[in-house]
Formats: sequence, structure tokens, C-alpha cells
Amino acid sequence: MTYTDAELMVATAARELRDGESVFAGLGLPSVACTLAKRTHAPDIRIVYESGIVGADPTEQVPYAIAAPELVRGTTATVPMVELFDRYLQGGKLDVGFLGGAQVDRYGNINSTVIGDYDDPDVRLPGSGGACEIACNVPRTLIVMPHERRRFPESVDFVTSPGYVGGREGRAARDLPGGPAVVITDKAVLRFDDAGEAYVDQLHPGVERGAVQAATGWDLAFADEVGETPPPDEATVRLVRERLDPDGTHLGED
Amino acid sequence: MSAGGSTTTTDAATAVSRTVDDGDSVYLAGFGHLVPYALGHELIRQSCRDLTLVRPVVIHLADQIVAAGCASKVVFSWLGGPATERALADGLPFEEYSHYGMVARLSAGARKLPFAPLRSYVGSDLPAHNDRIRTVESPYGSEEITVLPPLAPDVTLVHAQRADPAGNAHVLGLTGDVRDAVLAAETVVLSVEEIVDPAVIAADPARTIVLGEEVDYLVEAPFGAHPSYAHGYYDTDRDLFDWPETADTPEGAAAWLDEWVYGLDRGAYLDRVGVERLLGLRPAARTVDAVNWEGDR
Repeated sequence: MTYTDAELMVATAARELRDGESVFAGLGLPSVACTLAKRTHAPDIRIVYESGIVGADPTEQVPYAIAAPELVRGTTATVPMVELFDRYLQGGKLDVGFLGGAQVDRYGNINSTVIGDYDDPDVRLPGSGGACEIACNVPRTLIVMPHERRRFPESVDFVTSPGYVGGREGRAARDLPGGPAVVITDKAVLRFDDAGEAYVDQLHPGVERGAVQAATGWDLAFADEVGETPPPDEATVRLVRERLDPDGTHLGED
Repeated sequence: MSAGGSTTTTDAATAVSRTVDDGDSVYLAGFGHLVPYALGHELIRQSCRDLTLVRPVVIHLADQIVAAGCASKVVFSWLGGPATERALADGLPFEEYSHYGMVARLSAGARKLPFAPLRSYVGSDLPAHNDRIRTVESPYGSEEITVLPPLAPDVTLVHAQRADPAGNAHVLGLTGDVRDAVLAAETVVLSVEEIVDPAVIAADPARTIVLGEEVDYLVEAPFGAHPSYAHGYYDTDRDLFDWPETADTPEGAAAWLDEWVYGLDRGAYLDRVGVERLLGLRPAARTVDAVNWEGDR
């Protein structure tokens, strides 16, 4: 069965989630990935949204918004936002968080604030939302981004959400726990080496090294043995297409 | 909080005109739920000016208020509204935080603390551009911790599902930032879907998120959060959530405000939306077994 780039990315992101984990989800592809994991290999993951939803379990289509009534129906708990951030997130109760943005650099620092100068930007972007505190508090962040050269500069225009800052030592010096575990793009899966620098761990089926390097703003390292990302199986594609995101609300038309 | 603890019941226009002065800081409560449209649109109709508009997410209602020229400053943590993007580019002053920062600031305001400590912004560039994001050394060790100033709005506008005549209010579903937004504010205007008998509130006290003592003005405003939603009363009207696209040009924004805000009171707004469409937003009934609060099982 054929699949879209977004479907491959969703399936790959879902595989990063382990059963029993608490996951800070976001709108769009991360929401579909969390729900896909819950419907397949990780029935006991707890899906959390910054709106105050803890233990979401959307039974059909993944809702259009992170405070949607369809997400509240059937969730284990609803808590005030401040409690979600200070007791659950800062209190160390969450294991994984999804992040995305306009730019990510070689150390996994993310920009979702401005392109250009903060005080006179070329493009004003939404800003942090809850992303900065997710990046500062969860043991593992999962970054999902389209792979384009303008989105993968050597250093981002503005650090909204810290990755390894200037390397793992930089993150450790700031007493920040964990850090980025993976960057999932439409071309490859990148992980982070001992210095905290991203390298290509897997290429998606049919993608050449040169294409990934061309879409990246620094000299990319590759794993000694670069693997191939497993394509989503038919059942996964059907589940996503027919049940979780039938209107393309989250994954687009492709 | 009103000094005497008295709550005045009135209409939205009167409540806003008596509480919001030009130059005030105004917090709009409700995170993707119970967004106070009936009250917020009054700021536009009454041509309020020089407001410091405070709201975590600026995309629909807050952006409409900026488009109408009511704000001389915005304080936010997520920006998606085209009118505010244009205003910022034209030099409108702003302060930017993260979601946790905004609710931590409100919480410090509610608790009358001089600052809010939190673990965020470390390694981020935001503190370099917002000098109100600072650090202090823990008095119990050498650890540096980020701190933010408290947020105590002059006026909070907030919507809930139901309140008794004294203003004690139930919130069903997501409570978001509602409780601290009420507790932190100098003056509170609460609109509700319906005013109910005190026994309805007392029957389910865990849902009482707002105490009447905090409420200065109470407004009965059915569909008062439309086109956002009020859990258990109506779902989001997604067809009327076209503001970010419509307001992509200043002309589009002005036309939208003309059609949906200026020259209409809330009753005329709801007439324009249409009864059939509003009733179509009502969720299916979903009840749970009666709760036995105490007694033998």
C-alpha cells in the first residue's frame, strides 16, 4: 500500500513512544502519533495536553484543537493549566514531549519565535506556547519537522526551546534534564551523538544521502551504518487515513 | 475582589462600561474554552482605548480587540492573530512569555507573592529580550531559578457555564486559567450561560471554580462564549472561526468587525448566527450515575 510522507513520519514518531509513558502532545502530527501508538503497541500511554487534559483517549477522529470538547470526553482528568505545568511537567511526571517549529539547529535548539532579528523580524512566528518549558523539563523530546535547508540552519535565528544548547555539556551546565532524542523529518531520522550533535541514523525509503545533506545547513554526520526507516504497514496507514485523520486535518492532503 | 463581596447582576454593556477604564490592564480568561466573546466584544463596541490586553493565546478574540484599536500593549505567550502581527510590526509595545510563564504569573498574583519561581526559559533567548524574566539564587542553596513578576490585572473578563445569583460559579470541563484569573484581578466581570438556584451549585461543590465574593458584575449571557464552546452547553462553531483568514488584510478585519460586532448587541449577534445553527451546536446528552457523596454503599 502506498503511503504519504506524513504517514511515514507519524508511524515513525509513534514507534518512539513506549507503553506506559506519559506524553506531552501537541496539535497536528504529534496528536495523531500519540493516538496511533495508543491504538497499537502502547495502549497504556497517557496523553497530556497543555490545555489541562491528562489521559486523553479520543475514540475516533483526533480532534481539531487541544482544548476541543471531543478530547475532554473520555479523558482521565482535567486539571488547571498551572497545575499541569508546575505539578505534572515541572514535577517530573511526564516522560516525553513533542516539539516542532520553524527552525532546528545541529544541537536540537528550536526556533518558533522569529525569522531574523527579534526586534525587527522578517517573519513573526507564534512564539513558545508551552514549548520552552517542555524542552526544559521532560527527559526526552521528539522533534518533528519538514526537512528543508531554511529550516535546518547551522544555528537558529532565535532559541525558543533549548536543545543541547551548544552541546551536551552546555545543557548539563544549565542543569537541564534530558534533551532531544530524535528529529523526524520527511527525509530521515536524526539522533544525537555524545557531543549533542545531530546525525543521520536512518534514511527514509528512496532518499539519498545527498538529498538530506542538500536540505541541511551544516556538514551532516551519518551513522556508521545508516539504516532505512521501516515504512508503515497497511493496517497503520488505514488506521490513520480512515479513523484518526480522515479529513487531513492534522496531516494535510499531501 | 469587591470590598463588600456584593455582586451586581446586569447586562454585558453595563458591566463593561462600569468596570473597564481607558488605560486599564484587561485579562481575557479561557484557554480554547469559555472564551468571553460576549464581554470581550463590548470592549470593541464601547471603543475602549489604551488597554494593556493580557491573554496567553492571541489569535481570535484578542486579535479582534487589537484590530479595533483598543490596545496600546499586548502581553501574550502564543501569537497567531494577523491584526496583532501587523500591529507589532508597526511598533505596538508587547511583552512575551510562555504559557507556563503566564499562568505562573497569574498564580503569583492570586497569592499576593512578589514573584513566581519556575523552571523554564533556561537556555532560551527570551530572557535576553524580556527583562522581566530574571533569575534569583535560592536562599537555601546556590541554585539559580527563573522568576517572573506577578500578574494582577485591573479587570478580568471571564465566562462560565452557570452561577447562582451571588456569582458562585460552576465550570464544567476544562478550567484552564479561570480560577487564578479571577483571584488575581482587582475587578471581575463574570458572564454565564445561565443563572441558577444556589442549590444547583451546592449540589456539586467540586465544580465551583469561582466564588461569588470575587465577582463584581454577573451577566447572564446564553451562548456568551460563541463561537468558542461551553462544555455541556454547545460545541465550537468552527464555521465562524474564520477570523485569522478573514483578517489577513486590514480591510477583511474591518468588514468582519462591521458584520459581527459594531452595530449589534449580543442578542442581534445571536439572531444573525441563527437559532437553528446555535441549537445544532448542542452536544448530545451524556449523564453519569448519580453520585453518592456519603452514606452506606
